[in-house]
Amino acid sequence: MNKLKSMSPATRTNFLTYAAVILTFAILQPLSAAGKISPTLQGQLVPVCAYVVMALSLNLTVGVLGELSLGHAGFMSVGAFSGAVCASALQNVIPASGLRLGVSMVVGALLAGIVGTIISVPVLRLNGDYLAIVTLAFGQIIKSIVENLYVGVDAKGLHFSFLQPTMRLGEGGRMILNGPMGIPNISKISTFLAGFILIMVTLAVIFNLVNSRSGRAIMALRDNRIAAESVGINVIKYKMMAFVISAALAGAAGALFSLGQNTIVASKFDFNMSILILVYVVLGGQGKMWGSILAASFLTILPETAAMRDLKDYRMLAYAIVLILVMLATNSPALKGFFARFFRRKEDKTEKGGAQ
Amino acid sequence: MKKRIFALTMAAVMTVGLLSGCGGGTTQETKTPDNSSGTSAAIKIGGAGPLTGGAAIYGNAAARGAQIAADEINAANPDGLQIDLRYEDDAHDAEKSVNAYNTLKGWGMQVFLGSVTSTPGVATSVEANNDHMFYLTPSASSTDVLGGVANPLTGTVDIQRKDNVFQMCFVDPNQGSASAQYIYDQNLGSSIAVIYKNDDVYSTGVYNSFDAKAKELGLNVVSVTTFTTDTQTDFSVQLGDAKNAGADLVFLPMYYDAAALIFTQANAMGYAPKWFGIDGMDGILGVVGFDTSLAEGVMLLTPFNADAEDEATKNFVKTYQDKYGEVPNQFAADAYDCVYAIYNALTEAGVTADMSAGDICDKMVAQFTAMTFDGLTGEGMTWDASGAVTKSPKGMVIQDGAYVGMD
Repeated sequence: MNKLKSMSPATRTNFLTYAAVILTFAILQPLSAAGKISPTLQGQLVPVCAYVVMALSLNLTVGVLGELSLGHAGFMSVGAFSGAVCASALQNVIPASGLRLGVSMVVGALLAGIVGTIISVPVLRLNGDYLAIVTLAFGQIIKSIVENLYVGVDAKGLHFSFLQPTMRLGEGGRMILNGPMGIPNISKISTFLAGFILIMVTLAVIFNLVNSRSGRAIMALRDNRIAAESVGINVIKYKMMAFVISAALAGAAGALFSLGQNTIVASKFDFNMSILILVYVVLGGQGKMWGSILAASFLTILPETAAMRDLKDYRMLAYAIVLILVMLATNSPALKGFFARFFRRKEDKTEKGGAQ
Repeated sequence: MKKRIFALTMAAVMTVGLLSGCGGGTTQETKTPDNSSGTSAAIKIGGAGPLTGGAAIYGNAAARGAQIAADEINAANPDGLQIDLRYEDDAHDAEKSVNAYNTLKGWGMQVFLGSVTSTPGVATSVEANNDHMFYLTPSASSTDVLGGVANPLTGTVDIQRKDNVFQMCFVDPNQGSASAQYIYDQNLGSSIAVIYKNDDVYSTGVYNSFDAKAKELGLNVVSVTTFTTDTQTDFSVQLGDAKNAGADLVFLPMYYDAAALIFTQANAMGYAPKWFGIDGMDGILGVVGFDTSLAEGVMLLTPFNADAEDEATKNFVKTYQDKYGEVPNQFAADAYDCVYAIYNALTEAGVTADMSAGDICDKMVAQFTAMTFDGLTGEGMTWDASGAVTKSPKGMVIQDGAYVGMD
């Protein structure tokens, strides 16, 4: 315990975040294996992990780099579809589902990283609102491309066509991606364990980046770009580093997500999805990784709880109201002041108590 | 910066809220009546559909149609098997539909009334198949819901047949090829244009089979254009293309909300071809603010006609109007038929409310492939092991603001 106190505040927070994630997993995993949790929650374990990783990765762009990205669902989409196509194509090559999932997540991360690199070239020349709008456009472009892409596989390998399914597949060939109809027959291989590992890897990547020389350069860019540039920090390089890592992590989350679903369609990863993930980040606090984890889990599970389901038609209205109230509460200066005073008073009291 | 990000996010959230707020139900769902009158326990039937969001009209219609059927059955047989019906919202999303299914499973559902729309239907049918839960969908018409149908492009079966899944509606390919056949047989058009929604499973599925059949019959298709959810407010490009190509018949495999805009815009540009729709066109006369005279002469293939003169349809339409203040569409009729078909099968198979979902499923599958069912959407319906229903579509034409049977 003393060791924990002697750590720097940032290290302590990181350490506690790891511990909280491990603890949650350690509690939920045996319960889930024993079938002690509700079917709804059971079904949500994998998606929640994917959304948590999405929120964490976006927090890297929004909270650490300080640039608003409205196209994060696009990277998730790239990872989701490439991961699912990869898993489907490798079905006979790698029979072990755990390994196939791992390979698919790596492929998803790589492809999303490549797309992120391509996009970052024009995007990172811009700043602020302009950057946000361009990322929004790229998110839509990715959605449109996936919506018109057809992928089939036969003995000769993968076949691609665009706009119309024109390929002729050989003996034993099958379609994997059917344009707007997406992938209708995914075999679910994502597990809660895989989701947990991905969250831990994501946390490790982000914490190590933030606490490194590069991370400090990225945060310097966020706080004052001109000052950072004047001391010789390469703006494009560090911006790109954060942006591409963020895209790659989103790709891995996408693969995890899609391989935990029976079917995915491109229209799932639209503007609304990007906004939803941004909401997780803003609600959890920009730059606060534990906040993103908490907000993503809470807001994914909340609308499916029995209490919310009972509201019937008013469910999403209630959800929106809860969202606005939480946003207002966490950002209200009066409330913040109140809590700050409250805690200070408590501290004062304990100090006084100690003196007597 | 932080403040600006916060402000932008809030603005975006509110915009999204505004957009997705459209199309919500106007009337509150009625509660399932409790089974105070009957001594026997109720069998739990669950359904999932888009009760909120852009596709809410379909989900709400199905939920209401099913509720009317359940109420009728419960009132008619106070001492027999009772039905406890519960619908959950899936917002037309595959992920949320699985959540809805799991919620119903947690509630103790014994028979699943399926998903209302196709993409969620593909997801929930896999879950129901894994759980061995009987599944009868009113309107999820994609062949991927049933499985076991060969892909027209490759000739291989990508999805294995899910033996517990049955459909009340026509499967998409049947509609497309039936439409092409109908146009060919009746010689309705010499040059044909098609406008379809290429990010929609239903529309694309119908178009693909229409296209294949049209090529086989040698129909002269002169223009094929597409739109998506994001672009379904302006059809000037698609209509201009059809007009320039000289099409005298336009095939519209889509839902009526988009079709209403197409008719309005075609009228504004002075283009008046013949229009041909499918069952999704049913309901066009009920669109608020739509000048129904524009739909004059529109032909469509649909299994249900709210203006039919038979006793069952008249009673159903009257009950629905009294309760919800609008004319039911085919989604409501399909769901109504679903509940009756399930109830008939349950009673004939001797199912009691204390049986497990798996046992019920075994009995129901055997019963469904053997029985014949008369409902609002067809007489003498039968199901075979493929899960698809056999019934004949009715050709309808809109005359003087009402649907009139063709032939």
